Amino acid sequence: MTPTNLVPKLQAKDMQPSLSIEEQTRHTPLIDLQGLSLWYGESQALKDISFFIRERLVTAFIGPSGCGKSTLIRCLNRMNDLIDEVNIEGKITIHGHNIYGDDVDVIELRKRVGMVFQKSNPFPKSIYENIAYGLRLHGVKARSDLDSIIEQSLRGAALWDEVKDRLHESALGLSGGQQQRLCIARAIAIKPEIILMDEPASALDPIATAKIEDLILDLKKEFTIVIVTHNMQQAARISDYTAFFYLGELIEYDPTAKIFTNPAKKQTEDYVTGRFG
Amino acid sequence: MQNGPPARGRHFRAEKFDVASFFFSGLTGLATFLILAMLAVILANIVYHGWPAFSWRFITAGTEKDMFDVNKAGVLPMILGTTARVIIMTIFVIPVGVITAIYLSEYARPGSLATRVIRGAINNLAGVPSIVFGLFGLGFFIAFVGGGLDTLFGNASPKWGKPALIWASLTLAVMTLPVVIVATEEALRAIAPGLREASLAMGATKLQTVIQIVLPQALPGILTGGILAVSRAAGEVAPILFTGAAYYMATLPKSLSDQFMDLGYHVFVLSTQSPDIERTRPILYATVLVLLLLTFALNLVAILVRARVRRRMRAAH
Repeated sequence: MTPTNLVPKLQAKDMQPSLSIEEQTRHTPLIDLQGLSLWYGESQALKDISFFIRERLVTAFIGPSGCGKSTLIRCLNRMNDLIDEVNIEGKITIHGHNIYGDDVDVIELRKRVGMVFQKSNPFPKSIYENIAYGLRLHGVKARSDLDSIIEQSLRGAALWDEVKDRLHESALGLSGGQQQRLCIARAIAIKPEIILMDEPASALDPIATAKIEDLILDLKKEFTIVIVTHNMQQAARISDYTAFFYLGELIEYDPTAKIFTNPAKKQTEDYVTGRFG
Repeated sequence: MQNGPPARGRHFRAEKFDVASFFFSGLTGLATFLILAMLAVILANIVYHGWPAFSWRFITAGTEKDMFDVNKAGVLPMILGTTARVIIMTIFVIPVGVITAIYLSEYARPGSLATRVIRGAINNLAGVPSIVFGLFGLGFFIAFVGGGLDTLFGNASPKWGKPALIWASLTLAVMTLPVVIVATEEALRAIAPGLREASLAMGATKLQTVIQIVLPQALPGILTGGILAVSRAAGEVAPILFTGAAYYMATLPKSLSDQFMDLGYHVFVLSTQSPDIERTRPILYATVLVLLLLTFALNLVAILVRARVRRRMRAAH
């Protein structure tokens, strides 16, 4: 059987790198992974991963299912702590501070590293309360403060105009795309530095996806964004750096433009051109 | 493209009469009918025999004149006693059951030895005959806890170390604990794991997540557990036999350490202790009718509360 290219090779024009490679490298590294390995019981899901993620850029994790990209992104806010029998070796530092150190307050870490999940998961509360929940957890209590931050966050997530007249209605009445933007609003409300997104648009239609992508490009002015995606075009469109994973290993990590047009490794090229995965 | 095989016959109806299907659907229908018929017969029998003695006077009078006379006896003390013990039981069993379920579902490591032991204990508790709970209540609550309290306070005559409303209620709470735990666990399991993750990812502690996100979602399920516990406890006699029910009391119970008269136990008294069973029969049936109505009323309250909670949740504040 001859391999057919289901996905046309991406051209330079498909990408809209907001920054040139030279500009990108001027952003300082924020998250530094050093020899990170992770085991679920006996099976090793991540193998000795080392690279750094630059601040206020979008970094995409790509790779076939089971390559460890979701596992890795969940290491960055220690969501894997919730799973029994996970063992982690190596270090992840943010601002040079090891987040797996003994002195780390996981609550404070998760406040600074927000997360948006694959399946939109608004709380079964009103739109207003969805955002107020996180704010109250972190000590914002006054009604006027809540009101203004909630408005800012909803504007930041490009949702304000659609929901401003129904803030006190159930969030479950929103469409899938709106729910996901609410989840983003909820995440940015508590002013994290880093936002992790685990396939945030994989359950959305193309129009809702485009809105989320525009939003991501907008958010990177303020936040460092790490996104897991299955959609190659999406990675090409929105990310500045791309990390390609395969079977728990980091195969290649480079500026997105290089990964998609001139990858160093054969495996990467095969994957981004749709030959496997 | 080739056409498939031509359809056989113009209709999709099976050509042969399916004996097995007919037989089994008939059987399930018959089983349903039998259950409904039995219920109808029981209810009709109770209403038919009890109605003549059922009156406003009957449910608002006590037994001080004559316990066994149709025209003098009443069941108000028993209605109050049964209601009180069910309510006090609910106050104890819901928090303990819910906390146990939260531990098992949110905190305990699934499959660990401790979890398996607790689960086994709950299942065994559910299988224990109710008279055994009665004996347990007598031995543990009255003799051990009550007796201990008396010694502690230096009471000359036993105040706590004797059958009492509180001990009967606690015994019933222990008996209905598995019902509440299982219903609550069921409700907790039904909550999408994504909600817990979302809360934790925002920097909530586990406790904050449980109290503010998980529990409100589980509330209808918890109330279902409460309804089942109330239904089970309202008609139980065996567990309160040694722990609090009185044969006769001249006055209503005034404190948790008093004994009380109980509808279920009163049915037993009327049917075994009457000097003239023929004359007592109408009150016996009427008392059973009152017990059924009371159980129904207690359930109705719980069901209405649950409906309210569900409506409020649907509206989401």
